[in-house]
Amino acid sequence: MRLSDWLTVGARLSARARLWLGILSFILPLGLWCVVSYVPAVWHPYVSVTDPGSVDYFQPGMLVDHTTFRDEVQNAEKARKPIPHGVPSNPVYLPAPDQVLTAFYEAFTTPPPTRDGEWLHEALWHSIQIIFWGFIISSIFGVPLGILCGAYPPMARLSEPFVEFFRYLPAPAFGALAVSILGIYDGPKIAIIVIGTFFQQVLIIANTTRKLDFSLVEAAMTLGTGRLKMLTRVVIPAILPDLYRDQRILLGWAWTYLIVAELIGTTSGITWFITQQARYQHFANVYAGIAMIGIIGLGTDIVLALIARRLFPWDKAAA
Amino acid sequence: MSDALPSYLEQSEAVRARFRRLHARDVILSVRDLGKTFRSRERETEALRGISFDAHRREFLCVVGASGCGKSTLLRILAGLDEQTGGDVLLSGKPVRGPGADRGMVFQGYTLFPWLTVKRNVMFGLEMNGHGKNEAEREALQWLDLIGLGKFANAYPHQLSGGMKQRVAIARALANQPRILLMDEPFGALDAQTRARMQTYLIEIWRKIDITIVFITHDLDEAVLLADRILVLKPHPGEVQEMIEVPVPRPRGPGLHLSPEFLATKARLEELIHPASDAEDDGLTLDLPRLVQVGDDVD
Repeated sequence: MRLSDWLTVGARLSARARLWLGILSFILPLGLWCVVSYVPAVWHPYVSVTDPGSVDYFQPGMLVDHTTFRDEVQNAEKARKPIPHGVPSNPVYLPAPDQVLTAFYEAFTTPPPTRDGEWLHEALWHSIQIIFWGFIISSIFGVPLGILCGAYPPMARLSEPFVEFFRYLPAPAFGALAVSILGIYDGPKIAIIVIGTFFQQVLIIANTTRKLDFSLVEAAMTLGTGRLKMLTRVVIPAILPDLYRDQRILLGWAWTYLIVAELIGTTSGITWFITQQARYQHFANVYAGIAMIGIIGLGTDIVLALIARRLFPWDKAAA
Repeated sequence: MSDALPSYLEQSEAVRARFRRLHARDVILSVRDLGKTFRSRERETEALRGISFDAHRREFLCVVGASGCGKSTLLRILAGLDEQTGGDVLLSGKPVRGPGADRGMVFQGYTLFPWLTVKRNVMFGLEMNGHGKNEAEREALQWLDLIGLGKFANAYPHQLSGGMKQRVAIARALANQPRILLMDEPFGALDAQTRARMQTYLIEIWRKIDITIVFITHDLDEAVLLADRILVLKPHPGEVQEMIEVPVPRPRGPGLHLSPEFLATKARLEELIHPASDAEDDGLTLDLPRLVQVGDDVD
């Protein structure tokens, strides 16, 4: 890779360059995090007390700001009493990478705090199920409706204005309603995912369908294709790779509704884990929980992209 | 130079006999007083007016004309993809409405189905028209052998070159056994050598099977090389200017571009399509100040 590649619009990159840049895109923020965490000269706005000395309100592990700490050291020196000791430290909400990494491991090995509680992997599995059912139910209705709207203008005019209106209503606003109808367990959570996904799904898939290369439809017409077969044998296969890409993006959006959905009714799943840990100020665990969502999301997407290459060997955009 | 040429109307005895045979064959396609006006809220544009002509069975008919003469519109109406605002299109005497398998079409942009292999593309029309899968496959493979792409039966269109794609598109249209093949500048996107090969190739196919071809092109050489007759349209609105019987004998070999009949026909087409008086209207003569300093004239 040359310097000019950075300044050329649409520069073509080698496979190597793409791989390394991809790795770097994770290493850069991680590196920044390491610098902030491990170099005391960078930020570290607090002092973590290691030895309270003669200061009666100091306790080991307590975080105080630099000026307070300096004043107390001076006071102790003046009074010729034992001076307090401490090390520069970051706020409690910014744990160091190694703490989060440890938390990541320990979160899976720590038994649930209460007997009816869930292990982390159980909580995660519960979340994945909520997403799965929400997304499936939304897709069962949203994908066909989207295709019909994209293919048949009367259908689009009949449904899209309302869908367009509905998609501006924030899904969480239906939380209380969903609970009163569907109870406090998984029903309302799945409903929130469905409401959050469905209306976007219809519009996005309708648009994808409309972008279909119309000359293919015309070619099929001249080959004597009937109305119904036009949909099943031309429109749907033609848009399938793009539809699949849309579904991948929509699945990502479904994950963003998960946290709100899981707060509705009885808190559950990964959200229960995260809120619980935040309550006890175990921020390393909170970050570990959040990172898990990211890893599951990205992992699923990569797997789906690989499957797409198998499913659509003719699709140049996927190759 | 055209003074030295024979008239394009002079035909040798063999050519005259060929045209007699042609006119004796059934009329497959009959276009009667066809008109098309595009209407939008702001204005009406008359694209075609009073187009009438016949195409006989196994005739190769080319349609040429300046851009904007509505030749593509004409073909789309014949295919049933657009609807005329006046007149009739008769196929073997019966009026046609809407697209149908009796008229095959080949587009400039190939329009192969990218998700189907070459073989499945050729099978497509057969399956749409009620042929069983096995029968369709057998016929498709025969067509692929005929166009010399049997080896590529399981390739996807994106793996083929432009010329190969267009051959598959021709096979796909012909597999349906249409009575007429409509071709809209099918070789326009190909490079010169490939185009020349495709032309030879199309003539080969046309000689072997019972098909009438209506072929649109803006390439006058191509029209003279391929056509029995050339329909010349003039623009704004598109009207029939002349129907030319091409006096060039068949088979038309490589030396043909220099034959007097060829040159005479082409000269006539040039005259009809780019009349000398048009040059000024087209902005081809530019009133530019001289911008070069050196006294080194290029002409």
